[in-house]
Amino acid sequence: MATVRTQSRPSTSPLYRAFGDRLFAGLVLLLCLLIIGIVLLIGWQLGWNGARAFEVFGIVGFLSSTAWNPVTDVYGAWPFILGTLITSLLALALAFFPALAVAIFATEYAPRWLGNVLSYALELLASLPSVIYGLWGLSVLVPALRGVQQSLFLWASDHAQWLLPVLGNPIGIGLSAAVMVLAVMVIPYTASLAKDSIALVPAVQREAAYGLGATKWEVIRMAVVPYARGGILAGVILGLTRALGETMAVVLVIGNNKNLPFTLFGPATTIPSAIVNEFGEAQGLQLSSLLALGFILFLISGVLNLLAAWIVKRMSVDGRL
Amino acid sequence: MTQISGNLRRRQLWDKVMLGLLVLGSLVVVAPLVLVLSKVFLTGFSALNLAFFTQDFQPVEAGGGGLRHAIVGTILMNLLALLIGGTLGLAGGILLSEYPDHPVNPTLRVISDLLNGLPALLKGLVIYTLVVIPTGSFSGYAGALALGLVMVPIVLRATEGVLKLVPWNVREAGLGLGLPRWRVILSLVLPAASSGVITGLMLGFARAAGEAAPLYFTAGGSQYLNFNLSQQTESLALTIYKYANEPSPLRVEQAWAAALVLTLLVLIASLLARWVARVRP
Repeated sequence: MATVRTQSRPSTSPLYRAFGDRLFAGLVLLLCLLIIGIVLLIGWQLGWNGARAFEVFGIVGFLSSTAWNPVTDVYGAWPFILGTLITSLLALALAFFPALAVAIFATEYAPRWLGNVLSYALELLASLPSVIYGLWGLSVLVPALRGVQQSLFLWASDHAQWLLPVLGNPIGIGLSAAVMVLAVMVIPYTASLAKDSIALVPAVQREAAYGLGATKWEVIRMAVVPYARGGILAGVILGLTRALGETMAVVLVIGNNKNLPFTLFGPATTIPSAIVNEFGEAQGLQLSSLLALGFILFLISGVLNLLAAWIVKRMSVDGRL
Repeated sequence: MTQISGNLRRRQLWDKVMLGLLVLGSLVVVAPLVLVLSKVFLTGFSALNLAFFTQDFQPVEAGGGGLRHAIVGTILMNLLALLIGGTLGLAGGILLSEYPDHPVNPTLRVISDLLNGLPALLKGLVIYTLVVIPTGSFSGYAGALALGLVMVPIVLRATEGVLKLVPWNVREAGLGLGLPRWRVILSLVLPAASSGVITGLMLGFARAAGEAAPLYFTAGGSQYLNFNLSQQTESLALTIYKYANEPSPLRVEQAWAAALVLTLLVLIASLLARWVARVRP
């Protein structure tokens, strides 16, 4: 009787044990499959709902058309794709050297405490909400930029008339404001990955270069940066994905103009800001076109993310690409 | 030393120039952070008052009111999102760390990377097509779902990271005492890593609280205080977006006050994360 009782106590029963383990593992697995399912569903929803736009206008037609007219119900994606690419790439170009500089300085030159301060600063830059950058851009950066732009514009109208169509309206809000805000938001992503990969460069690598008589900068240029190029590249790609999908900060400062050509100062647009701006009254084919834009963004950011993840994985195996 | 050649002198000069450029580049990176934070704190503090926390939306002519409705909306939606995103993220972290050979793991890792890099805007847009269109209205529930999706990859990565820090001996000791695997995970591994797990949840919470784009398509925003998430719901981030473009300076000040509250949330979460990482190396 006593043995039966101990066997039937739940905590020692083999049945309970096997059942508990199966149940727990099954539940965890179910939730994980749910995560995978959700991401596939996101891609499917965007593609399926956007498919009508591709059907009506043709894939090439939709991608290359510059029309966006809710009255005649004709839509094209080109200005938004172009604007997204221009703002992201310019922001990345602007961010790259400062990001690399802070990564090198924090790992190679700065004393430990300063390196910690710098990496905390990067962490904060990365985690501030993007609307706050938008608010700051709109109320601080844009007025300051307007002054600079106007004096440049005046100078150009006196000395270099041919520059005027490139510069565009010096109203502050526009492409250059968006690029600057994006650059600030991209820097921490690029810098922190570059910093991590520079920290992974073996000391022997540096010592060998010092042994050849190199100065500190020559060590960094010839032995450290080339060795860490995989991580630096991954950081650049991650920064690019962040810039491509950035929404609220860009919407607030870019001016939302979908008429080509874009100018350096003048208002422009991107895929996310188009989605936010056109969304309010969108129905039918217009909504489908917006979702098709979302699908394009999904594909671009997906491919870039996987690429960056692949590079980081390669980097962690043997330290270089 | 008197025989230093011109070449060496040039190289040493170049060395100094490059150091100067590196310092300059670092300052260029830190400057915007200082500028943004100082603006948020200075303007935000002067705009913060009791009405901000105790009153709801009112027209500018009537004093502008406060943002209690947005604070309540933010908290409610984020708590529900934490329930959704926290559960999924924890499960993902547990699978990756505690069942390292599971066949789903490589896929899950790729999917988590994808979800992490996916623009939050698209998460909101998809919830719009899945929830808002079928139910016919914006709702706090839809907003919470979108925010939950924002949290999943953050919680997942944090959980996986801290669970892997728990020494394998702890699990062996538990298994050796005859505990089933699920009890080992729930009663030994998770408590041992609890501070890290909680930090991951907080980081996810802080990130989601600052997201405005997904809520634009799902929660829809509101001017009224409501505790019912089946209604349209306001959030602080959404308020900042709407008020940033308002002509009234009062509205812009309220936006800065909201920005201060969100910034403090982010600061606390990240400081806590640092502190936990230091306590538990």
